[in-house]
Amino acid sequence: MSEKEIKNPGTEATRSLEEIFDQRIARDEKIEPKDWMPEKYRKTHIRQISQHAHSEIVGMLPEGNWISRAPSMRRKVALLAKVQDEAGHGLYLYSACETLGISREELYEQLHTGKAKYSSIFNYPTTTWADMGAIGWLVDGAAIINQVPLCSTSYGPYARAMVRVCKEESFHQRQGFEIMMKLAEGTPEQKAMAQDALNRWWWPSLMMLGPTDAESVHTEQSMKWKLKRKTNDELRQQFIDQTVPQADLIGLTIPDPDLKWNEETEHYDFGEIDWDEFWQVVKGHGPCNKERLSARVNAWEEGEWVRDAAMAYSKKQTDKKLKKAI
Amino acid sequence: MKNENIIQYIYGIADNTLILGQRLSELCGHGPNLETDIALTNMALDLLGQTRSYYQYVAQLSGDEKTEDDIAFLRIERQYKNVLLVEQPNRHFGYVITRQFFYDVFHLLLLQELQDSTDETLAAIAKKGIKEVSYHQRFSSDWIKRLGDGTEESHKKAQEAVDDLWRFTDELFHMTEDDTIVMQNEIGVDTVTLKEKYYQRVREVLEEATLSVPETKWFQKGGKEGIHSEHMGYLLSDLQYMQRAYPNMKW
Repeated sequence: MSEKEIKNPGTEATRSLEEIFDQRIARDEKIEPKDWMPEKYRKTHIRQISQHAHSEIVGMLPEGNWISRAPSMRRKVALLAKVQDEAGHGLYLYSACETLGISREELYEQLHTGKAKYSSIFNYPTTTWADMGAIGWLVDGAAIINQVPLCSTSYGPYARAMVRVCKEESFHQRQGFEIMMKLAEGTPEQKAMAQDALNRWWWPSLMMLGPTDAESVHTEQSMKWKLKRKTNDELRQQFIDQTVPQADLIGLTIPDPDLKWNEETEHYDFGEIDWDEFWQVVKGHGPCNKERLSARVNAWEEGEWVRDAAMAYSKKQTDKKLKKAI
Repeated sequence: MKNENIIQYIYGIADNTLILGQRLSELCGHGPNLETDIALTNMALDLLGQTRSYYQYVAQLSGDEKTEDDIAFLRIERQYKNVLLVEQPNRHFGYVITRQFFYDVFHLLLLQELQDSTDETLAAIAKKGIKEVSYHQRFSSDWIKRLGDGTEESHKKAQEAVDDLWRFTDELFHMTEDDTIVMQNEIGVDTVTLKEKYYQRVREVLEEATLSVPETKWFQKGGKEGIHSEHMGYLLSDLQYMQRAYPNMKW
């Protein structure tokens, strides 16, 4: 609420807080943590931002799987730095989420008990080095398409975190594409490895942009709050149109026999997505759902004594200082 | 003195940063909290970055077609000259921190001397590394204190790691034949002279952390001569997997 509105409640009496709030959003004003907001707005933002944060830290696992086996020193360092960036994204996003009045412990609890979701794409296994390329190129590519509009979303802390996240993601995407390009121009074995990775990651990447508009439950409200600017289907089309020429450029084939340029719509037509698979993975039946979650739970549980030690030590230090002061 | 002596001398430093960097990078994504995860990864990145500078220099000295990757990935176990300490596994966070602390204190003392080497490249790598390693030492010392003087459980776990890893500290000062030749030519560091300062610093931190300093006089060595622990083979099979399975390719 602006200062004027607080000072002159009489003149605004007919307008509810919610109407004022809606108008602020319509004027593209940012909502800040201490501003009044509808409970539903707060809850939706906790859900989306935490889901995003969880995706970052669960997303560290499939790529972390190849750090110790990266094929060159340059690739090892780049992959390590990339996975570390994801931890950094998790950190900004958890912090943004905490401004909505929920603690990091509660957020972890929601992840560990399966109450909160994370992006389903990370429930697929990374079986070859080429998967590091495919994830960067396709998964980060799809993530950028999802996330760029969030840089101007209505909730200030989220929008600001996203500006930094998007900059780094676009670097990751180029890095992934470069891995694929190098493989595609390499030996027949390397090219086959790249094609195999594309075959396995293509459809899950399309699913990553969310259910079709007809099935998407949150779209309308999210559009209003600028959590979304385009529908899932529009974003998916944008991703396909952008990615197909890149695959052509490096001589890899998109694993979709129905994929075809449509002169009339000036977009690619594409084949049917297997939504049964998508919902199965969302419900916990993907190839790595159990492994990903148990890796997170283990790290948290095995780290408990370490976090406790840090707390106990810091308290002892404060007590010592207090004693000295007295 | 031949180039080969310097190359072997460099392996004695750079294989430590490679293997410790590899061990730390195994933890990426599995830290006790995000902040620590990020910090450990930072140290891994510093160490691997230093490794690359050393290996690129070795590649240059060896004068053949060798690259940093041939050196990092295509030697047999016997040819890696890292100390036993850095190849020890990540048994729990107490081990990770103690291994790091025991190495950091040595590493900083080493680089502070190496920066005066008459070999300009080594001196430059050392100068750059000092900044990074000073931070590593601060980080691991702070954590030793937190764990030692934290809770009863953390004290016990930290003490267990200190007692267990202590036996690998003496090897840090072992001089191989190559080390001695390179030191006599004013390129390498006489690590024996660092010993007193090392144990003094380590003692100070352990005492502040309320941890007891082990009294054992039995130490293990071998890594610097290429005779490693049983853990090393598994570490190398991960490290070398791609280069062994797909030889002579560009990545």
